[in-house]
Amino acid sequence: MTSAAAHDYSGVPQGAPVYELTNVSKTYARNQVVALQDVSLTLRKGSFTSVIGSSGCGKSTLLKIMAGLIPPTKGRVILQNKPVTGPRRDIGMMFQQATLFPWKTAAENIVLPIEIRDGKAAAKKAMEAAHDLLEMVGLKGFEDVYPNELSGGMAQRASICRMLITEPAVLLLDEPFSALDELSRDLMNMELQRICREQNATAFLVTHSIQEAVILSDDIVVMKPRPGRIAEVVPVDLPRPRTLDMMTTQKFGEIVDRIRAMLDKGEDM
Amino acid sequence: MTEFQTNHPTDEETVQETVWEQEVAFIDSVPRSVAMTFVFVVFIGTWQLVTALGMVSPIILPTPMETFKDMIFVGQNLLTGGYMLDSLWITILEVIYGFALAIAIGFSLGVLVGETAFGEKAVMPYLVAIDTMPKVAFAPLFVAWLGFGIESKVALAAFIATFPIVVGTAAGLHAADENARMLFKTMGASRMQTLIKMKLPTGLPQIFTGLKIGAVGVMAGAITGEFLGGGKGFGELIRVAASQLNTPRVFSLILYLSVVGLVLYLIVQWTQRRVVFWQKETVGSYDG
Ligand SMILES: Nc1ncnc2c1ncn2[C@@H]1O[C@H](COP(=O)(O)OP(=O)(O)OP(=O)(O)O)[C@@H](O)[C@H]1O
Ligand SMILES: [Mg+2]
Repeated sequence: MTSAAAHDYSGVPQGAPVYELTNVSKTYARNQVVALQDVSLTLRKGSFTSVIGSSGCGKSTLLKIMAGLIPPTKGRVILQNKPVTGPRRDIGMMFQQATLFPWKTAAENIVLPIEIRDGKAAAKKAMEAAHDLLEMVGLKGFEDVYPNELSGGMAQRASICRMLITEPAVLLLDEPFSALDELSRDLMNMELQRICREQNATAFLVTHSIQEAVILSDDIVVMKPRPGRIAEVVPVDLPRPRTLDMMTTQKFGEIVDRIRAMLDKGEDM
Repeated sequence: MTEFQTNHPTDEETVQETVWEQEVAFIDSVPRSVAMTFVFVVFIGTWQLVTALGMVSPIILPTPMETFKDMIFVGQNLLTGGYMLDSLWITILEVIYGFALAIAIGFSLGVLVGETAFGEKAVMPYLVAIDTMPKVAFAPLFVAWLGFGIESKVALAAFIATFPIVVGTAAGLHAADENARMLFKTMGASRMQTLIKMKLPTGLPQIFTGLKIGAVGVMAGAITGEFLGGGKGFGELIRVAASQLNTPRVFSLILYLSVVGLVLYLIVQWTQRRVVFWQKETVGSYDG
């Protein structure tokens, strides 16, 4: 692995394509469900993209294929000029549940990816980085606390740290905050935006919330179900950095309405 | 903006506190020690009454006093290193060896069945089939194979205790949820790493449940083995006392034996609390 400088480890210039998906299709062999059909998508370095679409339209499937967790039936996935053929270090992933392991402290949970890949000694060395990350997400002092004593939001923060510890170039997020209440969710989203900017990471977020997609994204991929495919990619030209009060602006409302109309139309198909 | 009416009490007003007594039924408010003593007294009282009124023959049911006297006698014999201590020690050894064997075999089989598709498909059906048999019926076989020494008792004890440990281990390995599996996959974990760092720790509560059931079974197995296969253990003492219609002795021997079983169970439970420190107590805690 390349060990480049802390904040731009991938070495890819801002705006250059990082992720390239070409005609990705997925049919689950088990039940012959066509989960994805001819999905082509390019993510640019440092961009934030959200996917939105009705339940079962293949969002999680798309994310799993991008992460190298399951193979596509057809098509090509390229990340940083290398085809994705399995889990990779330059991919960070986060799921709906925080999934911290109760027998490890917060810090130990965070260095787990290092422990798995490089062994216990490397994990020990990464402890300091874990402490820094915990401080960054406002969990200073919780390093040695076991997950049982963390609130849902705190656990999600810790799992963000676990995703970031390997300094991934892209972050794949599958409804990471949907288990949180709206208030903490908004705060976590702002936190996420700050982290992505700070680390210059490319983010790809699956969400059910149109507001969340609009406030965070540069582009919103709207998907249609059965078979899952891309209906449209909507650019969001709100200025950066985004703030929560942008949610009350007219422009924000217009984009939300536009996407909602698209999703409603999708339901009829 | 909407204006909200706030309800701060002024100085003159006294705050109406809403501290209230939660209603607890009297019987639930009794401390554990008192409740246990109460049940004990009722039990002994009924026993005394039944025997004192001559409702059953003293050969079938001795009085509490007789039993108590015999317990003291047996206790003295044990403490002074009498022949009963030798017997008890033999039974304890059978239990220890049997449990160790059951843990080794049960855990290995549990991993085979819980982790590999081959084990699940090809081994599990046979285990289920054997498990549904009355395992005690194998005792004469073990005696025929291994003789009248402690080996045949160890075998029966281990045989009975193995199955709950297999089931507990296999169930434990299936306890990890989809998210945890996905997470380990994204981290590029090998199968061995996933097993050791995730599935086994996740399954520890179930594994310990299996161990606890096994600990009870191992005692039953050792004593049954002694009943059916002779030898010099505590079970033999019970059998002899019963054949001599020395019922108080039978009662007091059983009581001492149950102490051994209880200690074994408590050791497993204590280990569980140590090892699975994150597991919440499910009983006995009221407000967190
Ligand atoms: N492992 C699987 N085996 C078979 N079919 C699957 C599998 N996973 C998903 N599917 C099917 O593929 C389709 C897409 O599922 P997917 O989980 O990608 O949807 P989603 O957009 O993430 O939905 P949600 O918003 O509810 O999370 C669904 O019809 C689902 O039934
Ligand atoms: Mg999904």
